[in-house]
This record gives sequence, C-alpha cells and structure tokens, in this order.
Amino acid sequence: MPNLLTSEREGNPVVSLRGIEKRFGAVSALAAIDLDIARGEFLSLLGPSGCGKTTLLRIIAGLVEPTHGERRLDIASEAGRIGFVFQDPTLMPWNTVVDNVLLPFRLLRHVGHRERERVGAAIAAVGLEGFARAYPRQLSGGMRMRVSIARALVTEPDLLLLDEPFAALDEITRMALNDDLLRLWERYQPTIVFVTHSVFESAYLSNRIALMTPRPGHIAADIRVDLPQPRARALRTSPEYAALCARVSGELARAMEGAPG
Amino acid sequence: MNRARLARTAAPLAVGLLFLLFWQAVVEIEQIPPYILPAPIAVAKSLLTDGPSLLASLLVTLKVTLAALAAAAFFGGAIALLFSRSRILELSLFPYAVILQVTPIVAIAPLIIIWVREPFLALLVCAWIVAFFPIVSNTTLGLNSADRNLLALFRLYGATPGQTLLYLRLPTALPYFLAGLRISGGLSLIGAVVAEFVAGTGGTQTGLAFRILEAGYRLAIPRLFAALFLLSLTGIVIYLALDGLSRFLLRHWHESAVGEGEE
Repeated sequence: MPNLLTSEREGNPVVSLRGIEKRFGAVSALAAIDLDIARGEFLSLLGPSGCGKTTLLRIIAGLVEPTHGERRLDIASEAGRIGFVFQDPTLMPWNTVVDNVLLPFRLLRHVGHRERERVGAAIAAVGLEGFARAYPRQLSGGMRMRVSIARALVTEPDLLLLDEPFAALDEITRMALNDDLLRLWERYQPTIVFVTHSVFESAYLSNRIALMTPRPGHIAADIRVDLPQPRARALRTSPEYAALCARVSGELARAMEGAPG
Repeated sequence: MNRARLARTAAPLAVGLLFLLFWQAVVEIEQIPPYILPAPIAVAKSLLTDGPSLLASLLVTLKVTLAALAAAAFFGGAIALLFSRSRILELSLFPYAVILQVTPIVAIAPLIIIWVREPFLALLVCAWIVAFFPIVSNTTLGLNSADRNLLALFRLYGATPGQTLLYLRLPTALPYFLAGLRISGGLSLIGAVVAEFVAGTGGTQTGLAFRILEAGYRLAIPRLFAALFLLSLTGIVIYLALDGLSRFLLRHWHESAVGEGEE
C-alpha cells in the first residue's frame, strides 16, 4: 500500500530540479538544490522561516525564475495543471465561494456545464456544501482555507503546491484540515509539495521530507517516511509516529548546528 | 442596536434645533436687523416666497454639477485606467494632474470662460477640473492595489492582461473609485458654484450662485440665506446618494459597506 502510487505509475519525476540557485541582490537565498519528485509523492519542504522554502516552491510553480539551474516539469504543458495554495486563503472577497472556485476555469476560458459540476464536487469535497453562495467574509479562517484548497484542486492538477497553508489556523482546525488534505490527496492523486515549519505536520502528512536549512537555503537531509497509508488520527499517538518525529527533529537540530544561527 | 441608530439621527437633529433656537433668540433679543443677520424664521419665510424661482436656479446649478460629476467619473476612471496600463504615462502625466488640481479654480475660471464660448460647457469644464482629481488618484491607487498572491495565481492559470483587469484589478479598484466619487460629488458642486460666481451674468441662465451674489448686492439677506440653505441641502443629498450607491455596490463584501447588525 505505501508506495502504490509511485510504483504503479513509474517514469520520469514530475518535478526535476538541477543545481537551482537563487540570489536576491547580493544575498544568496538558495544554493545547489537538486531535487526529483516522483509522481503521486507527498513531499514536505521542512525548515525554519527564512530558509528559502517558499522561494523554492515558487520556483517549482514557475512564479520565480532561478538565477541558475534547471527546472523541468513532466506535466501536460497547458495551464491549469498546477494548483497553488498560499499562506493566506487569497480569495476574491467580491465573489461567492462558487465564483472563487470557478476562477481557474474562467481564466482557462472553459466554463461549461461540466466545469460547474466539478466546482460543485470540489466544494463538496472540502466539506462546504451549503456555503456555495456565501461570501468569504462570512466564513471562518478554516473554511476560507478549504475554499482555497477547492480552487487549487478543481482543475484536478498534476501538481499541487501548498505554502504553509495551515500556519495561521488554530491547532484543532489545523488537524482537521490535515486529515482532509490526506483524503483529497487519495481522491485526486496529485503530486504534492507542502511547505511547513512543523515537524509534526510534515511527519503526519508526507511520505518524504526534504529538510532545509538557511543561509543559503539548501536541502540538508532527505527523509523517507514509512508510516502506513492511509493515515488517520490514531497515528498521532502511535509510537512509530513519535519515533519518526523524534528522528526528524534530531536531523533538523543537527542540520541547524552546521548552519550559522 | 436600535438605540444606536436612533441616536445617530436624533443627536445631530437635536443639536441643529438647539442652534436654530439660539440663533432666533439672539436675533430677537439683540434686535439685529435682517440685512445683518436674518432670523431662521425670516429665512424660512423667504424660502417659501422665493422657493419656486430659487428651485429653478438650483436646477441650473444642479445640471452643471451632475454633468461635471459624470464627466469626472468617466474621464477620471479612464485616465486612471490609462495610468495603470502604462507606468511611463503615469509618471509623465500625473504631475500635471496635480498642477491642475492645486491651481485655484477661481484664478483660471475667467480664462476658461473666455476660451470656451458655450456658457454651459465653460461652467462644466471648471467644475470638472475641480472634481476629477480625487477619482484619478484614488482609482489609480486601487488599480495598483491588487493582491500580489492573486496576481501570481492569475499568472499560474495563464490569464491575459484583459482577464486580470476584468476579474482582479477592476473589482479591487471599485471601493477606491467610489471613495473618490464621494469626494468628487461635493467638489463638483463647489466647482459649479465657483464657476458661476466668476461667470456672473455672462451666462444666459442664472444658477444658484448668481442668485446668492444678486441677493447680496440687493441686501436681500434672508434670500441669500435661503439660497445657501438650498445649496448645502443639495450637497448633502449628493453625498448621501453617492454614499448609498457605494454601500449598495459593496454590500456583499467590503467592510465599509457591511452593516453592524450583519456580523
């Protein structure tokens, strides 16, 4: 079960980064990043703030050009194959939930009956049936983030990129959304890159953790997570999970020792 | 809730009423002649007798005001749109918009009235010059205030500049535009009045401003006050109408337009 997705659909990695380097003026934000992400993988980019993980995510998305290095994506070239979830819900306040989730189709100029059905399905998938006609300001922070996730998934992207999406939410909402994200990953089967600074979150969600350290940002350790799939809440109190968290924390501490504080 | 709403209307009304009573009392006790300061009752009487002719003049002024406001909204919005499309255009033209704004309209109104032969058009141009700037500067700010992450998202889905404008920049700019419009509403009335003052009898039709001048010359001070009263009332109605329009258009989403009871 664990690597069903990766083993069944082998082939080229979805994301392939070679020698990625990013400078902002004289400051080196990222240095010598080599990273392959396999199809269907759930990869967490874990590191402290300022380690360049958001920049790396934006480079993967094509929103930021690297100073040096090569980025290759093995996905259909048409727009809409990448979903992006920001730290803030980033919704359009003047549009209802439906119109916010419909935005990708609108921009791709495909708004038909089928697309509207998919919007409805995506809204239902994130548990917001009955809120389709609501405006973002009428929703809680967690619900807004669900809308944002529905918008990113509605095109059924090959690659879903999330930039600390749950960092601003309370612990209870965050746990609920963690489980929902796992359900959505199983259902839509995108390749996921998830930026976080939480060891516990990365260990619970992903099947691979890329540990990043700052100045300049680079990948200090690449940890495979062999916890059973599908994951559920009971895992949070299991000894395997505790052991993994301890291991990742240890690696992080070791990596940070090497980096200038 | 209800008490708060009641207080909002009742409190200023009470202040106004007290002020009028005080005014009436001062005029009566001090025996101030009406050509120095007419009592509120004298003004009200004048409003009744001169009402119809004053209203006809008000209509003339109102025409200029509303035409100037419409022109300010249209050209102000269009100029802002142009500025947001081209940085170089904004950099090179914005200072001149500022110059036009800070030059006192009283000083250039005589020139405009000489240059523009058509009296109505001359008044319109004067009022427009006073009114257009808040719309240009506010709307330009709004068009450039689109959320950076949303802009990134639009790029990710390959949005065209037209789509970004239609779905993101214009809705973002709407509250800014409406705030500018509310300021411009009052300014176009002021602009129209100032232009009429300068134009004097040059125009064929007499606006309210000219009636104020005329009443002053003839020492018909109660009529002067009545005309002033109508003018302020018009300003208030214009403001309330634009405020209502703003609230209506933003009612679903903008904090400024969301009622306290709804939260």
